[in-house]
Amino acid sequence: MDFLNALVALSNFVLIPGIAYGSQLALGALGVTLIYGILRFSNFAHGDTMAFGTMVTILFTWWFQSLGINAGPLPTALLALPFGILATMALVVATDRAVFKFYRQQKAKPVVFVMVSLGVMFMMNGLVRFIIGPGDQRFSDGERFIIKARTFKQMTGLDEGLAIKTSQGITVVTAIIVVAVLFWFLNKTRTGKSMRAYSDNEDLALLSGINPERVVIYTWLIVALLATVAGTLYGLDKSFKPFTYFQLLLPIFAAAIVGGLGSPLGAIAGGFVIAMSEVIITYAWKKVAQYLLPESMEPDGLVQLLSTDYKFAVSFAILIVVLLFKPTGIFKGKAV
Amino acid sequence: MTETVKHTLLFVAVGLLLLLEGTTTAFGVFSGSWNSSLTILNMGLISAIMALGVNLQWGFAGLFNVGIMGFTALGGLAVVLIATPATPGAWDAGGQRILLALILGATTIFGAILVYHKMSGKRTRPLAMIAVLIVGFFIYRGVLDPGVEAVESINPALAGNIGGLGLPVLLAWPVGGILAAGVAWVIGKTALGLRSDYLAIATLGIAEIILSVLKNEDWLSRGVKNVVGLPRPVPYEVDLQNNPDFVEQAAAWGFDATTASTLYVKLGYSLLFTAVLLVLLWMAQMALKSPWGRMMRAIRDNEVAANAMGKDVTSRHLQIFILGSAICGIAGAMMTTLDSQLTPGTYNPLRFTFLIWVMVIVGGSGNNFGAVLGGLLVWFLWIKVEPLGLMLMDILTAGMAEDNGLRVHLLESAAHMRLFTMGLILLLVLRFSPRGLIPEK
Amino acid sequence: MSEPFLIGENMTGGYGKGPDILHDCTIAVNPGEIAVIVGPNGAGKSTAMKAVFGMLTVRSGSVRLAGEDITQLSPQDRVVKGMGFVPQTSNIFASMTVEENLEMGAFIRTDDFSETLEQVYHLFPILKDKRNQAAGELSGGQRQQVAVGRALMTKPKVLMLDEPTAGVSPIVMDELFDRIIEVARTGLPILMVEQNAKQALEIADKGYVLVQGRNAYTGTGQDLLADPGVRKSFLGG
Repeated sequence: MDFLNALVALSNFVLIPGIAYGSQLALGALGVTLIYGILRFSNFAHGDTMAFGTMVTILFTWWFQSLGINAGPLPTALLALPFGILATMALVVATDRAVFKFYRQQKAKPVVFVMVSLGVMFMMNGLVRFIIGPGDQRFSDGERFIIKARTFKQMTGLDEGLAIKTSQGITVVTAIIVVAVLFWFLNKTRTGKSMRAYSDNEDLALLSGINPERVVIYTWLIVALLATVAGTLYGLDKSFKPFTYFQLLLPIFAAAIVGGLGSPLGAIAGGFVIAMSEVIITYAWKKVAQYLLPESMEPDGLVQLLSTDYKFAVSFAILIVVLLFKPTGIFKGKAV
Repeated sequence: MTETVKHTLLFVAVGLLLLLEGTTTAFGVFSGSWNSSLTILNMGLISAIMALGVNLQWGFAGLFNVGIMGFTALGGLAVVLIATPATPGAWDAGGQRILLALILGATTIFGAILVYHKMSGKRTRPLAMIAVLIVGFFIYRGVLDPGVEAVESINPALAGNIGGLGLPVLLAWPVGGILAAGVAWVIGKTALGLRSDYLAIATLGIAEIILSVLKNEDWLSRGVKNVVGLPRPVPYEVDLQNNPDFVEQAAAWGFDATTASTLYVKLGYSLLFTAVLLVLLWMAQMALKSPWGRMMRAIRDNEVAANAMGKDVTSRHLQIFILGSAICGIAGAMMTTLDSQLTPGTYNPLRFTFLIWVMVIVGGSGNNFGAVLGGLLVWFLWIKVEPLGLMLMDILTAGMAEDNGLRVHLLESAAHMRLFTMGLILLLVLRFSPRGLIPEK
Repeated sequence: MSEPFLIGENMTGGYGKGPDILHDCTIAVNPGEIAVIVGPNGAGKSTAMKAVFGMLTVRSGSVRLAGEDITQLSPQDRVVKGMGFVPQTSNIFASMTVEENLEMGAFIRTDDFSETLEQVYHLFPILKDKRNQAAGELSGGQRQQVAVGRALMTKPKVLMLDEPTAGVSPIVMDELFDRIIEVARTGLPILMVEQNAKQALEIADKGYVLVQGRNAYTGTGQDLLADPGVRKSFLGG
């Protein structure tokens, strides 16, 4: 019985939040890795692209709410999401035309692209703060829980409750759908294959008649979709604050590099590695230990390896270890 | 017009802006206060030093450091550790334990490195390393935690931290450089020699982590409770105002005592900062012209060829990365000294990393004078963009009703125009004048 | 003499704004023929082929395909016109499967290319067995087959190979030459740059010996092999 309780506590505080967070990071890292694979630079503006997409989604959510439109038990944000995606697509494609295209034609060094993306990041950041402000925004509505802790206790008779938030359920389901569609697109469609071909061998892709500008536009469209979905899911699960999204850049980059920059499969694996490590290392294990250990051995402290304030240190440490020992990542990325 | 004249004129123009700031209230931009002018000048000088450090990394070597904020904050920490008096009893209560814990922590990492070098075996080596790290971590936490608790419980309202060495504050400036250099060494060792993007990501990360350490390790620098009243290298205004000689002298110049004392103090800082800037500028110029500097630029322009010629590109990059970061650390210590307080909550990457980049790019990357000019000029603009943005919004919304929701929102959000404008300036300069105001020779 | 199917005539030019590498150089090929460009290192062999394919600036002279002047076209446009080109290095999509490589070869085609796919598999049976393997995992010789197969997928009117046997073992080289002869028998003109001059000239209908960017000797493969000047200067006696 104690073992079951421990398992439930573990699921409740580590596994479920970890999987939800991992899905969000994976979606974010997929965007970064696609840009890296096709346009060959690390896009520092990705966090703020996520913030922009989420902001538009929030604005539409509020509008729908004021009109009385809702999605029943599901958050209204899901209805607003397509509009957020469309707006973000328009923004990133416009940015590409206005900014990045020039440097592509110049065949600029990757580091110049990175610096340019830094400029874009600040403009997007300013734009988002200008429109919605720098503060915290909550926009989740509908049913809060799929299973409530109390219902679970009554159902199973265990001491420990298991709660699954709607946002967590939606995150996982949406992530699975998006990733499945993305992989189908990349592996089965002509356009998807041409994107992979371009990422693999640019010169040969040109010789084969693949139009690079078309590939680039498709990439930005997909990245806009991934970024908006990732950002909205994160915002539903936690809350929306422009600065937090900027900070997400670190775990997202860590995830993409751990998996191997340029590898979509790696980005997903990396997302979960980073998320799980973060949750495991910053979780106070006292509760689980109480169930598993005999009373005499129960710990006094929280049994927390690191305080949650240092969650970024976890992604960073993993990043450093990967750079030291395997700079190409788990799934052999493109370059070191 | 020769290049030199043009560049001198640019510096004169910045001087003129500061002069106007001190003397006139025209155009709605200038405040007509010498106090404000000197405040801008002082931060401008510090910014110029940071820009000099970043220019060393980017202009000389093409290294992209996005962690300037972290190195600056380390400089600030140095001021606290060097200049504040030790908290009475803290050393005996827990300080020794903390030091021991830190040594143990370092030993653990060293042990893991030793295991990595001495052991072989595909499976046993990583396992042994993980074992060393885990055991070491628990010992470290076991030793550290009681020490931290003890220190933090000493007079938490005013202290609660270990305090410093009580040494003269000027000593903290080079120490800030050394702290920053140490961290830069670790980062450089890891990320240099890989793709250029990786250094950017690693520096972005380390800056965030340095900041979270400063915010959360209360025993070290009181975290977000801030350390205030740091010692100064210049006299206090109150003391000056109580000095009859000073008051008399001020009156002779036509100032009242309060204004004179403020200006005197600020001017003191300006002189100190200018001295440091000139020394660093001279050193950077000498470095640029030396064989070492020429080699650096050769490496930057063609890494492959330099590598083929037997130059150890990675270790050269490491040198310059450490030097540049150290300069940022020195500037960070100077800034904390100027503020006479360490407030970890106010560090943000937009202001401390990105703005410096704008300075370097606008000024002219690869040219030390360009970096200095960029530091002074962009800092002035940074201060003035906000009132300008507000003015613009006022004009744009003039036709709307006083309580119009859009108008209120626009006016409230005008402050965020800064980020947008600075991003725009960076992109425009990169695109249309990538060599900056004073280009590399 | 009638106009050859593909001809680069009196080409003079170099890379970008750089110095001229080719001087008044002429290369031509006709249907059913294998034309081989040989010559000492640095003679401008690959450069001559790249000039025909539009990868460098031709300052004087012209390139004509089936009578049409294509001197000003980009390489991409020449692919559309029916030129198939196999670069010397990184000539496959290493992370994609063999079949995907072939599909990408047919990217510009809007019609059904399954028949061409079968033809390529017929020509290179090993590729059919490995169709779902990543091309980067194949052996050197197999990768070259993928590269040639990819170029054939556009149903080109002329096939150009830049040192197809670079870095493969002699046995594999013989096998590759056999395949190339087979392709030529279907009537497709083949223009090829080769380092292994002797073996290449043996299968060549027409040979061009280039020295310092100029035509030094031109003739049938057999003629050139027998020519004392060619033998002395670089076939090794």
